[in-house]
Amino acid sequence: MAIDAIQMSLLKEVAELDALPVGAYNIRANGKSAARNTTANIDIVTKTDKPGIDIIIKPGTKNESVHIPVVLSEAGLKEMVYNDFIIGEDCDIVIIAGCGIHSCGGSDSEHSGIHSFRVGKNAKVRYIEKHYGEGGGDAERGKRVMNPTTEVFLEEGASMEMEATQISGIDDTVRKTTAVLAAGSSLVIHEKVMTTGTQSAVSDFTADLNGEGCSCNIISRTVAKDKSKQEFISVLNGNAACAGHSECDSIIMDDAKVLASPRLSASCTEASLIHEAAIGKIAGEQLIKLMTLGLTEQEAEEQIVNGFLK
Amino acid sequence: MLELKNISYDAEDGKEILQDISLKIDDRFVAITGPNGGGKSTLAKIIAGINRPSAGQIFLDGEDITDLSVTERANRGISYAFQQPVRFKGLRVKDLLALASGRGSGLNDSCEILSEVGLCARDYMDRELNDSLSGGEMKRIEIAMILARGTGLSVFDEPEAGIDLWSFQNLIRVFEKMYQQTRGSILIISHQERILNIADKIVYIKDGRMEQYGSREEILPGLLANTATTCQVLNEKLEVR
Repeated sequence: MAIDAIQMSLLKEVAELDALPVGAYNIRANGKSAARNTTANIDIVTKTDKPGIDIIIKPGTKNESVHIPVVLSEAGLKEMVYNDFIIGEDCDIVIIAGCGIHSCGGSDSEHSGIHSFRVGKNAKVRYIEKHYGEGGGDAERGKRVMNPTTEVFLEEGASMEMEATQISGIDDTVRKTTAVLAAGSSLVIHEKVMTTGTQSAVSDFTADLNGEGCSCNIISRTVAKDKSKQEFISVLNGNAACAGHSECDSIIMDDAKVLASPRLSASCTEASLIHEAAIGKIAGEQLIKLMTLGLTEQEAEEQIVNGFLK
Repeated sequence: MLELKNISYDAEDGKEILQDISLKIDDRFVAITGPNGGGKSTLAKIIAGINRPSAGQIFLDGEDITDLSVTERANRGISYAFQQPVRFKGLRVKDLLALASGRGSGLNDSCEILSEVGLCARDYMDRELNDSLSGGEMKRIEIAMILARGTGLSVFDEPEAGIDLWSFQNLIRVFEKMYQQTRGSILIISHQERILNIADKIVYIKDGRMEQYGSREEILPGLLANTATTCQVLNEKLEVR
């Protein structure tokens, strides 16, 4: 199956791809596999019982990458995909996922993905995920919906860094992330979300810090504009001597609504858990400072928002 | 040249902050000094356009700018360094220097400007202007932004406030150098003798009124002689001793 121009531009948005990537990849377009490549260390196998793939990375694989972008350019397409990553011990790899929807018809387009990561002992993973929507007039077009679920299992000494970005064009999203951490493992999540119009975004994190010396750090920065709604939920369960930190920092503008509910629970005296949540408008003095540099109020606002989400 | 004509400013609760201030600034380096709460910072904000005067007019190079916005005044050549520099999550030193200079962030220019204020570009260009920077570092970056703009009139509101002694010594050097190099006018609110010492003219503001305005030679000796506090009770106590 060939990749058309619209799909190519979506690929550029979500995976920064101008051409087929180097290394292992699987590109899914309109519900079908459009291109795939495996390497000596990274195998990609289509699931037989449900839609999706298994990505199997041999122990000790270092400095390799896997791209698994998904693009939807047909209106009305709804899909649910299961991708399982099995990452061997001592790996050091980068995984780039992402989903782009271009809708111009009247029906809703929806992509729901369940990504599970089993990260072997002492392996290091960097996982980048970007969601993007475009196309069609606002009044007539169907909704663009994405519901990503991420399940992370970190074995002893494993570490994962996850960057999730959703800056524009997704009308409705419920993002669920769960993580189970064994001894000495570490998880860092950076999330950036901007909602506009009447969009709605929910981020729901739960991490079970079960192993001694494990750590989890969740950092969420969001901007809510117009009449959009956002909800941030983070639950850190400290079940051992561990360090957990979650931070949600939101800029609220216009008639938007933001709800932040961080929750901590501990069942071990050596668990150290912290949460921080802040919601506020752009500070007037920030706008004035940039205006004294010659920017208009609107330009100042753009700079502040762009910087905040950078 | 900046000219203020009969500027008055009333706070929202009706309190008179400034009364009938008229002055022309066409020297290279003018210092505004006077007791705390006298209205100096308000005057600086009125010049930058952040506060609107209740009465009076402001002219920049002959043009009436009284009704111009902060942005319009900035684009006509007024720069304003905040007394409390503003922090930005996510914006880096190089981003603000690029915005200030109005050009892309030329590394060489920015490097030179940061060196001027005693910061090493390599260490600071990529730093965010967030809580990780100290008050003294923020002050220097604030000054660097004004240098990057290079406009005809630069207004500094107490650049020495909140700076430790060691940083202060360096800061004074920055202003001494700025005085030698500037082609425009510098207007600086300060209580520091070393800053007043390099001023061409000194404005003394107290209780919202301009009590004195003249050359450094005329004004400074009187100010230094009269160091008694403005509080009558405290003055009497000091006299008893």
